[in-house]
Amino acid sequence: MSVITQTSPAAAKEAAPEKQWRRPSYWPFVVPALVVVLAIIIFPWLFTIWMSLHEWKVGVPTTFVGLSNYLRLTGDPRFIEAVGHTLVYTALSVLLPLMLGTLAAVVFHQKFAGRGFLRGIFIMPMMATPVAIGLVWTMMFHPQLGVLNYLLSLVGIPAQLWVFHPATVIPSLVLVETWQWTPLVMLIVLGGLAAIPTEPYESAQIDGASFWQVFRFITLPLIMPFLFIAGMIRMIDAVKSFDIIFAITQGGPGSASETINLYLYSVAFAYYDIGYGSAIAVIFFLLIVALAAVMLYVRQRMLWTEMGGGA
Amino acid sequence: MNLRSILGRIGLWFAILVIVSPAILFFLWMLSLSLKFEIDNAAYPPVFFPEHIAWKNYADVLASNRFLTYFLNSLVVTGSATALALMVGIPAGYGIARMAAHKSAIVILIARITPGLSYLIPLFLLFQWLGLLGTLVPQIIIHLVVTVPIVIWIMIGYFETTPLELEEAALIDGATRWQVFRHVALPIAKPGIAVAFILAVIFSWNNFVFGIVLAGRETRTLPVAVYNMISFDQLSWGPLAAAALIVTLPVLLLTVFAQRQIVAGLTAGAVKGG
Repeated sequence: MSVITQTSPAAAKEAAPEKQWRRPSYWPFVVPALVVVLAIIIFPWLFTIWMSLHEWKVGVPTTFVGLSNYLRLTGDPRFIEAVGHTLVYTALSVLLPLMLGTLAAVVFHQKFAGRGFLRGIFIMPMMATPVAIGLVWTMMFHPQLGVLNYLLSLVGIPAQLWVFHPATVIPSLVLVETWQWTPLVMLIVLGGLAAIPTEPYESAQIDGASFWQVFRFITLPLIMPFLFIAGMIRMIDAVKSFDIIFAITQGGPGSASETINLYLYSVAFAYYDIGYGSAIAVIFFLLIVALAAVMLYVRQRMLWTEMGGGA
Repeated sequence: MNLRSILGRIGLWFAILVIVSPAILFFLWMLSLSLKFEIDNAAYPPVFFPEHIAWKNYADVLASNRFLTYFLNSLVVTGSATALALMVGIPAGYGIARMAAHKSAIVILIARITPGLSYLIPLFLLFQWLGLLGTLVPQIIIHLVVTVPIVIWIMIGYFETTPLELEEAALIDGATRWQVFRHVALPIAKPGIAVAFILAVIFSWNNFVFGIVLAGRETRTLPVAVYNMISFDQLSWGPLAAAALIVTLPVLLLTVFAQRQIVAGLTAGAVKGG
């Protein structure tokens, strides 16, 4: 354990009398927002946990059932399948944008004419209305009339069924998600690149390092913290992804692209099984927190190896 | 310029082209779909530049009897949710920054992680119980879930960077903290407020999941209306693509014209709510 150095309280007190006026309280500034946050964020959470402990269906008297909604989850094949879909979808939707976004950031880090405008164009996919985007992608995925199969035919690849076949639906949706969210990774990594000092590059240039060597041994280690943040944000968003999947497949064909979020929607707002839906919401939240914790743990381990093991 | 740097330049522009084209080509194709008659949209190989332009697709969408209602709904929901969020979020961001109450950010973090649907179940029951479901009020309130955390988060970050000297001088001169906030802190924070405003508007405008549950026939916002067009009214691609483009056009224009603010806001760590 390390020794923690603290400013002694006496030193802090000594400084205080210099200020003749009392530092005002800032609580009144926060109170309105606090009320709103309590009403729309804290209350829903407490109410959700409460409901998850009940058999709660619309039009039926509610009864306390303890943890049985949670136990029901473990034996629900549709839920377990949805967890699998979510994990695959999330893994792909984190990795692909991270790789492509880093490449794009390296390019946007260069100086060229019209950079601001082109960056504006580049981030349009993530700002555009997801439902509108999903609608157009659905048309592009169309097996007979879609432009994607036409483009594939130009390079000699046979026509695909895209979102209309259980085996290709998740990769196709990941394609949309990647197209949509690569810009966010790019922006975060671009911020990281801007923060890198120029000295290591200058000495690398003197040493005659190749572009790839510079990227691998200077740039990549220095932008790691930013890649980690981007990966974390991407993970949280990909797990929760709803609009794109709902607009394009509604979880189909069959239930081949049904993620936890879509299943949650069906349970709560198609079957109105409120208690069970609430239990799914709680577990879903815990899953996201767990994934974030795993990522933090891996990151911590990597830092230790870097410091301990050396090159 | 030597040969090496010329080649480097060509390589760079090639890379830029490759990186930007998925976005450009997608939106051009969207535009093309929206301007074609059915016969061109059903053609194979696809037609990129139609011989006859179907302005009619846009006219049909704009003239359809409910479009104006849905547009106004979107305007009211996004406008109110953003205005309310700014009203409570700017002072809150200021207070949190000045109190250095960094732990309070954990609530924002929880809000950021929570799936939008989790808010919907309890609030849906609450609105039902209060008898508000036929109105726009539930959607305005639930959009605060998106807009309030964005505004607070961005304003905390912004007020932390604004200089304290002026504020302290004003306080010593006997100004109340409200006067300091109103006349010293707020004017300096204008760029930050602009960022918070733009992002709150975009993410509220784009929101879909709250609408499909809470909106009735008369209270749909534009994203929900477009989704319903797919399922019920409209099967031809032209008008559908036109409707999709109309819905997302305000956001796209905002993105291109305010890209500097959007980039600043997004990289400040406030990304996407709900």
